[in-house]
Amino acid sequence: MKAALRRAVGWVRRAPRRLSSVLDRHPRLRLALLLAAPMLILVVVYLGALAVLLLSAFWSTNTFTGDTVKTFTLDNFRDVVTSSTYRTVIVRTVLVALAVTVICAVLACPMAFYMAKVASPRARRLLVVAVLTPLWASYLVKAYAWRAMLAGDGVVNWALAPFGLRGPGFGLTATVIVLSYLWLPFMVLPVYAGLERLPDSLLEASGDLGAKAGRTFRSVVLPLAFPAVVAGAIFTFSLSLGDYIAVQIVGGKSQLLGNLIQGNAGAANNLPLAAALAAVPIVIMVVFLLGVRRTGALDNL
Amino acid sequence: MIGTKMVALGAAGLLALAACGGSSGGSGDSTPTATGNEAAPQGFTPPDLKALDKLGTPEGELNVVAWAGYAEDGSTDPAVDWVTPFEKATGCQVNVKTAPTSDDMVNLMKTGQYDVVSASGDASLRLIASGDVEPVNTDLVPNYADVFDGLKMKPWNSVNGVAYGIPHGRGANLLMYNTDVVKPAPTSWSVVFDQASPYQGKVTAYDSPIYIADAAVYLMKTKPDLGIKNPYALDDKQFTAAVDLLKAQNANIGEYWSDYTKEIQAFKNGDSVVGTTWQIILNLAAADKAKVAAVLPSEGATGWSDTWMVATKSQHKTCAYKWLDHIISPKVNAEVAEWFGEAPSNSKSCAETVDKTFCDTYHADDEAYFDQVWYWNTPIAQCLDGRTDVTCKDYGDWTTAWQEIKG
Repeated sequence: MKAALRRAVGWVRRAPRRLSSVLDRHPRLRLALLLAAPMLILVVVYLGALAVLLLSAFWSTNTFTGDTVKTFTLDNFRDVVTSSTYRTVIVRTVLVALAVTVICAVLACPMAFYMAKVASPRARRLLVVAVLTPLWASYLVKAYAWRAMLAGDGVVNWALAPFGLRGPGFGLTATVIVLSYLWLPFMVLPVYAGLERLPDSLLEASGDLGAKAGRTFRSVVLPLAFPAVVAGAIFTFSLSLGDYIAVQIVGGKSQLLGNLIQGNAGAANNLPLAAALAAVPIVIMVVFLLGVRRTGALDNL
Repeated sequence: MIGTKMVALGAAGLLALAACGGSSGGSGDSTPTATGNEAAPQGFTPPDLKALDKLGTPEGELNVVAWAGYAEDGSTDPAVDWVTPFEKATGCQVNVKTAPTSDDMVNLMKTGQYDVVSASGDASLRLIASGDVEPVNTDLVPNYADVFDGLKMKPWNSVNGVAYGIPHGRGANLLMYNTDVVKPAPTSWSVVFDQASPYQGKVTAYDSPIYIADAAVYLMKTKPDLGIKNPYALDDKQFTAAVDLLKAQNANIGEYWSDYTKEIQAFKNGDSVVGTTWQIILNLAAADKAKVAAVLPSEGATGWSDTWMVATKSQHKTCAYKWLDHIISPKVNAEVAEWFGEAPSNSKSCAETVDKTFCDTYHADDEAYFDQVWYWNTPIAQCLDGRTDVTCKDYGDWTTAWQEIKG
């Protein structure tokens, strides 16, 4: 009896060590246990929600009772494709997202280059903090601040008045400005990280071979930084594509894809049609990523 | 290649999040069930629900969905507070959720997380038909006895002789304008429709499909040959005319509003100079020193007659009934009416208003005045004006058209 008890106690006491030796001998098991929780969240929360969303796009809504009718139909997708309103808005949204991406890239490249290659280590730290600081403030506060600045009697008009100019007012231009402002850090940081990895010796070699600054930028910096710009572009493009709040605040009467989705899900209570519309940015993003892949930029990411 | 996949997954995750953010709504469409302003058979059977038969002990909590200005707790203006006295008297802690449109109210009530709602006519019958609200036992609301008869047992707050709520107040959607810019002072909606071009880019309108009815009210007077009898009962031709009018108006619109603080700002900054408004927006904008005035135009207007309703799934029904009685008690009803700028529903409120002419100004018991006001209602396929030879456009069509109008 006593011996059995002692054996049992010994077994329990040695259990952790046995477990660790099992884990030691089976690296794959170790990896599986380590990744189980994050993978579960990724599959269930991210992809699961996406799957449910796409599935409901094939259902419809009973206009009398308001219930979702769970029978397969392609009507929602037909509505999305055939309606000229939806087509116009989709094209407008893509153009806005492209404009925001281009503006962010043009602004971010010199900024990131200065931060990575020119600034002293101390200034570099301060600049990184300066780029990150706007991310600490709420999206809404920043958007409403721009609404106040772009208003009829706002700062922008006041500053432009001496030159006889007027600000853009509320509308698509204002939307592009505000979105560029909001997403700029998402472009600066990847480009900065990419340029930081660029060896200084390459720039010196280019200079030794007689290239001027512009030529060095075109032939050395840009090709090497391109994957980083693409990484930033994926952020700015996809964030702009899904945005519907900034345009409500500064967009005047214009509506983007997100507003249509919100209108169908919120006001009209037509969740299936909203889901079909939500598939549009997914398709656009997939096309965008495939296009980017063809340039080879993703291989170096 | 691993990089490609990771990026694709990340992008998909972002999109999923964005999509989730965009689709915060319940299921269920406009259950089209409303009738016209006249009492008429309603043509639908609401779910069989029983009203509360007696009050219990207050549950200590009450979750309210209300129009802005209906449930003030002193946070907007310390002097404007009828929630705190209620909390002290009943021990029911009140949480207020303001909703910008009727559609939002319907969606919020569908979550089952709220106890009472101040529903307008374009929401109340949808809520009744879907079973989200239950009949109200008016015997448990002592102040109901003093409510104007003109507001009791109306098609938007009762079904087949069963009361579903307590009338709160009523008013009209007014035409607000900047007194410096819009001259002479307008008396007609034409200033936002046919003659809006001088104010191009500075016209504003309410951002909801129900705004199509405003165009219909205007067409009733200006294009009588269309034969519009009720702005919520539009057949194909009438509907197209109203939608075309709004599409033409879109060229002059600066922005549409549904967030009332946005409209106050826009008028204050001069970004909007003329458009629809609620009296409370006028009051707050004027208090903010914006140069604004409002008028009920000669064509009449759309308006609202709101009803406090009790959620079927409410866990705080005693608190809910206490709230119903509190909000239409003469003094509080007068406070709300004066703050929001609408006609009170309690006949004894008129003696309690600070401004003794208030009830005359707002035509509280003037049924002839309210005959010019078309209370919000839910458009359905069976024409609300009684026509049986045509099909009318339902709220789903109104919503689609509204998106087209905005373009």
